[in-house]
Formats: sequence, structure tokens, C-alpha cells
Amino acid sequence: MIPAEFHYTAPESLEDAIQALVDGGEDAKLLAGGHSLIPLMKLRLAAPSLLVDLRKVPGLHGIERQDGAFRVGALTPHRKLEFSPELGIVAKVAAVIADPQVRHRGTIGGSLAHGDSASDLPAAMLITEAEVTLQGPDGQRSVTAADLFLDYMTTAVGEQEVLTEIRLPALDGWGSSYHKFNRRSEDWAMVAACAVVKANGSTCEDVRIGLTNMAAVPLRATAAEDALRGQELSPENIAKAAELAAEGTDPPSDLNASTEYKKHLARVMARRAIADSLAA
Amino acid sequence: MSTVPVRLNVNGVKHTLEVEPRLLLVHALRDKLALTGTHVGCDTSNCGACTVHLNGEAVKSCTMLAVQADGEEVTTIEGLGTEDDLHPVQEAFWNNHGLQCGYCTPGMIMAGAALLAENPDPSETEVRHALEGNLCRCTGYHNIVKSILDAAGRSSSEVSA
Ligand SMILES: Cc1cc2nc3c(=O)[nH]c(=O)nc-3n(C[C@H](O)[C@H](O)[C@H](O)COP(=O)(O)OP(=O)(O)OC[C@H]3O[C@@H](n4cnc5c(N)ncnc54)[C@H](O)[C@@H]3O)c2cc1C
Ligand code: FES
Ligand code: FES
Repeated sequence: MIPAEFHYTAPESLEDAIQALVDGGEDAKLLAGGHSLIPLMKLRLAAPSLLVDLRKVPGLHGIERQDGAFRVGALTPHRKLEFSPELGIVAKVAAVIADPQVRHRGTIGGSLAHGDSASDLPAAMLITEAEVTLQGPDGQRSVTAADLFLDYMTTAVGEQEVLTEIRLPALDGWGSSYHKFNRRSEDWAMVAACAVVKANGSTCEDVRIGLTNMAAVPLRATAAEDALRGQELSPENIAKAAELAAEGTDPPSDLNASTEYKKHLARVMARRAIADSLAA
Repeated sequence: MSTVPVRLNVNGVKHTLEVEPRLLLVHALRDKLALTGTHVGCDTSNCGACTVHLNGEAVKSCTMLAVQADGEEVTTIEGLGTEDDLHPVQEAFWNNHGLQCGYCTPGMIMAGAALLAENPDPSETEVRHALEGNLCRCTGYHNIVKSILDAAGRSSSEVSA
């Protein structure tokens, strides 16, 4: 399978990359790791006329702590996140994306801009309450994770905008865990749940739970969060709260799982994720 | 369609190719440089038969454009060892019967070698995780895992079925 013909450019500055998108019109596309876009192009489900490769644009790599948050460059590959334990839940989520080869190439910016409903990082962005920086011809803006994901493969990133960095609040002192349900380890999530828990002694001071692949966009399991916040972190209370994890969701059935089964998985994955957050 | 120049350092040899931007790295290696040790299995980023090293890291060359490797170092199975001086992972696959039909083998060896470069003393679980992106239709993986542990200097009696 070979992609349809296209023009290619690898600009050396952010300004030039944005200009290339503007000049390239609506069929121009950014290329980061290529691990979502190239498979689509090989299947001819995407046929951009111009690829603007970000690989030479400086300043889009790396992880830096600034006060209470991490600044993560958009081109940072999953593999680098995986080996950055200071990122907490984000490192744990990155570690189970596909396989090592894919994690070497795929980038956080590409994953968030693409907005696949089964992708792992978006739900973690919701519960860390991350923000992304978008740079376009008309300047720069910030978008919260809650406003970033709009629909299947549709995000707030404009056609002429580059997602340059992600601001991840450091959840110092919170425990975290990610439970992803799939049949083979390199597969996408059938359903997954991530949790971050702030315990005060044995009491749940705060908790956030994110769900992957339960809708066109990542979700917060707010009913479950509300049920646990302020409560004793006992197995019974965790189980009771997790029973509410699928509340208000209506995930479409697909080849892997029916609506009912996905809701069941959400409850089980949420319970495991909350419980394991206490240990880590 | 216009072509663009791509400079590739493959197995220590520098090449400059004029390629269409849509040329995949695996096709550049196989069809332009006649390095046919890198296989195409699934062509959909799943099987890992096309695994090569890009600056020392395992990547799937069916899911990269050759232009994305411009200026970078690529190592293929041909560059890992020589017939007289096999790479320890190659030697271990031979000694432990780590292959049957051999189709997945170049990718398995490249994935295994990348693991050992990063983690010279992996556990069996770590080896299995490192091979998540590589599929084998023949062996049931047992001897593949055994081979990689052997290359790491671990006794194969430590490997459970
Ligand atoms: C076999 C396989 C299995 C996978 N399994 C999983 C999985 O289990 N979980 C998971 O989460 N993901 C999975 N992925 C997807 C992988 O994580 C992708 O790498 C990721 O989704 C996209 O990142 P990328 O850098 O490769 O983006 P690209 O493919 O380069 O780009 C994707 C899209 O985002 C746009 N884009 C890229 N970067 C930017 C930017 N900085 N600013 C604005 N727009 C941008 C591009 O124009 C394109 O439309 C898998 C991929 C493969 C091939
Ligand atoms: S041929 Fe590249 S992953 Fe199968
Ligand atoms: S030995 Fe035949 S596919 Fe692995």
C-alpha cells in the first residue's frame, strides 16, 4: 500500500511551518510521528496534497518543569513520556500505547491533535486538567483539555494551527493508575479508565477519573468522582463509586464490544484504577 | 511528481537518493538499496517484520516515509553483524532455534537488539513486552524469548513456558 502523491516540505521554523499550511490551503497537513497519518494515507483514507513535516522545527521537544506544571513539547514521543515517571499518570498511560516501535515515533501532540476516541492520552489530559498551546497565523491561544476534543477525530486545533506544547499540572502527592482493556497488548483500548487520587490519611480528599473509548471524546466519570470525594477510601466505597463510572454514557457498540459490555468494562476498569492509585 | 533528495546513513554507508516523498522507508531500503533482509509482513504497522533501527531505536519502516529519515542513521538486519561475526542476538536465535520459517526473524532480532541496547539484563516479562509489536506465525514465541534472554546472558532454564 502506497500513499497517493503529495508534496513535502520540512520547514526549519514554526513561522515557516504555519506559512506552509496557509499557502498549502485546505489539503495541507502537518506531519509529526506519522503513526496515525501515514497508515491513513496508505489506505488512501487521507490524501493530503502537501505534508508539512515538523521534524526540523526547533523548540517542540522535551519535558521541563516550570513551577507547578510540566511543559511538554508537542513532538515528544510516547517513549519519552513513558520513561518520565515524574509525569505520573501520563507516563503510565504512555507506557501502554501500542508497542515500543510505535511509541518511538508517535508523539503526544500528534495524538492530541488527531483525537482518536480510542487513543490513550486524551483522557489523561482531562484528569490532569492539561492545556495545550496552539500557534496559528493569527497568533497564539490556549485551549483546555476539556475544550480540545470535539468529536470523532475532530479537535479544536485549526487547520492552520500547530499544537506546540502541552501544559501538564504536576499532581504532586496524588496517586495514579491506568487500566486499559484490550485483547492483545499492542491493541487500542476497548475501554480504559485512568484515575488520580489525593488521599488525606484514609480519606479521599480529591479524585478524578477519565474514560477512554466510552464516547466520541474522552469523558470524566463525574458521578463516580462525586461519590468518592470526601469518603473513606475503603474497598466498599471504591466499589460503590466505580459502579457509577458509566453513568450518563452511551458508548456505541463496535466490532469489539457492545454498549452494555463497554459500560461494564468502564465500571471494572474504574474500580481497578482507583484502587491501584492508592498503592502508587 | 517531483522528487526530493534524501540522505541516509544505512549500516554505516552514506547514500543520497532522489525519491518521491511518498516512498516508504522500507521500500527505499529494499527496492533502492537492495537490502531485502527487512521484510514487509502486514504493511499496516502491526507485525514488526519491517523493524529497523533509526538512530538506535526500533521503528517500523513500513510506517515511515524515507524523507522522515533524512540525515539520520538507519541500521538494518544486514548491518547488525556479519556472517563471520554475528550479533549476539543473531547468534542466540541460531543456537536456540529462535525461528521456523524466518519471516518475522529480522524484525524480531532488531526488536530484541534494541531492547538489549537499552536494558542489557531484561527479565522474561520485559522481553515479552519489548516484542509486543512483533508477530510470529510459527514459533509460539517461546524460543524467540529464550533466544533474547540467552543473548542477554541469562540461562534459558529461567524461562518458563
Ligand atoms: C499499530 C499502531 C497502534 C497504535 N495503537 C495506539 C494505542 O493503543 N493508543 C494510542 O493512543 N495510540 C495508538 N496509536 C497511534 C499513535 O499513538 C500515534 O502516534 C498518534 O495517535 C499520533 O501521533 P503522531 O505523532 O504519529 O501523529 P501524525 O500521524 O503525524 O499526525 C496525526 C494527525 O495530527 C496532526 N498533527 C500532528 N502533530 C500536530 C501538531 N503538533 N499540531 C497540530 N496538528 C498536528 C496531523 O496533521 C494529523 O492530522 C497506534 C498507532 C499504530 C500505527
Ligand atoms: S510490515 Fe511493517 S509492521 Fe508489518
Ligand atoms: S518464524 Fe515464521 S513467522 Fe516467525
